[in-house]
Amino acid sequence: MHFEFIVLIILFNYLRKKLQTKTLLPQWDNVFQYGLYVAIALLIIDVMVRPLQPFMQWVAHAIILWLVYLLLTKKEFLPVKSIVYALLPGVIINVLQDVTKLINKKFYTSWQGYYETAFIFSLVWLIAMLIINNKQQKALAQEQLKAAEREKEFRASESMKLLLEAQVAERTAAINKQKEELQQTLLELKATQKQLIQSEKMASLGELTAGIAHEIQNPLNFVNNFSEVSSELVKEMVDEVEKGNTAEVKAIAGDLINNLEKITHHGQRAANIVKGMLQHSRSSSGTKEPTDINALCEEYLRLAYHGLRAKDKSFSAKFETILDNSIGKVNVMPQEMGRVILNLINNAFYAVNAKALQAVAAPAAVKYEPTVTVSTKKVNGKIEIRVADNGTGIPQKALDKIFQPFFTTKPTGQGTGLGLSLSYDIVTKGHGGELKVETKEQEGTIFIIYLPNSQA
Amino acid sequence: MKILVVDDEQDVKLLFEQRFRREMRSGEMEFAFAHSGEDALEFMKVHHHEAVLILSDINMPGMSGLELLKRIKKEYEKPPPVVMMITAYGDEENFNTAKQYGADDFLTKPVDFTVLKDKLKTQMS
Repeated sequence: MHFEFIVLIILFNYLRKKLQTKTLLPQWDNVFQYGLYVAIALLIIDVMVRPLQPFMQWVAHAIILWLVYLLLTKKEFLPVKSIVYALLPGVIINVLQDVTKLINKKFYTSWQGYYETAFIFSLVWLIAMLIINNKQQKALAQEQLKAAEREKEFRASESMKLLLEAQVAERTAAINKQKEELQQTLLELKATQKQLIQSEKMASLGELTAGIAHEIQNPLNFVNNFSEVSSELVKEMVDEVEKGNTAEVKAIAGDLINNLEKITHHGQRAANIVKGMLQHSRSSSGTKEPTDINALCEEYLRLAYHGLRAKDKSFSAKFETILDNSIGKVNVMPQEMGRVILNLINNAFYAVNAKALQAVAAPAAVKYEPTVTVSTKKVNGKIEIRVADNGTGIPQKALDKIFQPFFTTKPTGQGTGLGLSLSYDIVTKGHGGELKVETKEQEGTIFIIYLPNSQA
Repeated sequence: MKILVVDDEQDVKLLFEQRFRREMRSGEMEFAFAHSGEDALEFMKVHHHEAVLILSDINMPGMSGLELLKRIKKEYEKPPPVVMMITAYGDEENFNTAKQYGADDFLTKPVDFTVLKDKLKTQMS
């Protein structure tokens, strides 16, 4: 039997491979390599030189026990501890066998059967341990493989995380940049909107200018002439006083009083027109004040008409008001509401003028009387302002868009497309009211403003 | 001669009555008033056989003074009534159109009644 030598050869070889001593434990690699050579040499000597067999066996036992001691005590050999437990019973039985043989050969001979049986059990133990160890090693290797895969996945997810974080940071920066650009664009748009609203105001003011001139000339005519005639009357009155004609003096005094009232009335009329013009061009204070809506309608109807007449001498239309005096003064922003009424009236005159031109161009003479009517009344606790015309009407396809900014059916340069859009905002957002439209093509249009009845 | 004053301003009647009170009292001038072109045409239907001088505003709702002038001069040819135009817009276009339609004179507001009085007297003589 050369069990000890074979065990040593296998053990040295196993330890070198298993512990990867060449790379991981170089200080032990040489020891195990020389150990391997010594074990081979001992086996050769044991086989070749029979007298030295007992000595060789004891040398082998010593080396094995030294190895067992090393493997059980050194930390770096922890992974291979299980092989020691597998070999240990066989080694102990083998040593005991040799010790007994050396001390008491008779005892050894009588117990040899037990030794051999125990040795077989130790071999079974060794094989079982090796199988279990192998399985554990495989399971461990699989676990290590899984752990490595998990580590790989973790690293991949970490790198993906870093990549995503970088992308998120990049996108966030891009979004922030876009946000800043949008905010800047919004500011620019607001500034442009302000400019456009101002342009719209000035454009409508421009249209009014001629009307204003006409409307001021008329009261001025009365103020001048009633003043002149009054001074003549005063001279006449002095003459009549000297003559002692009391009845005539009283009659002239009555005329003078009448004239002074007319002068005041027409002076006030001119002042109101100038005030209205200034209000129209001025930015709204944003505060509501008691306003005579009827006067506003009357004033802007005349101004709009005469403004259009001044621009187009061929233009002529009938205009009338049906005003409900019971509406009293209504709390509105006068310049804003004036702008809405003026815009609706201008549109109405534009529509009747367009239809009048169509009527003239028609092959058969069509009797058409262009008419614009502005009316006010109280309806269900609200103030209703209607601007009606018998003009061209609004085509159905345009009807949905008329309150959209920049939508216009007028030729380029004749309309900003902001009038109705601004009017809608002023009525709905500015006054909590409604702006509705009823129209029939070639029959006419009615714009209806409903305002909350917040009477002053 | 009857003078027909056509103006949509209601106070024109009072003003004329006061400024021409002496002429009216003496019977030198007789005034009639219409507040629109349509009213003026109605007046003419009744009084066309009389000698009428028309003094018309241009800018009035409905029929304008220029339209009235055109129709008067077309409908009453023999002899056509004298028509004097008054307007708050003394611009060239109105003036030329009025002349083209046969206006006999053209005045701008505010009206100088001394001048108007002289012009009326000239036209009536």
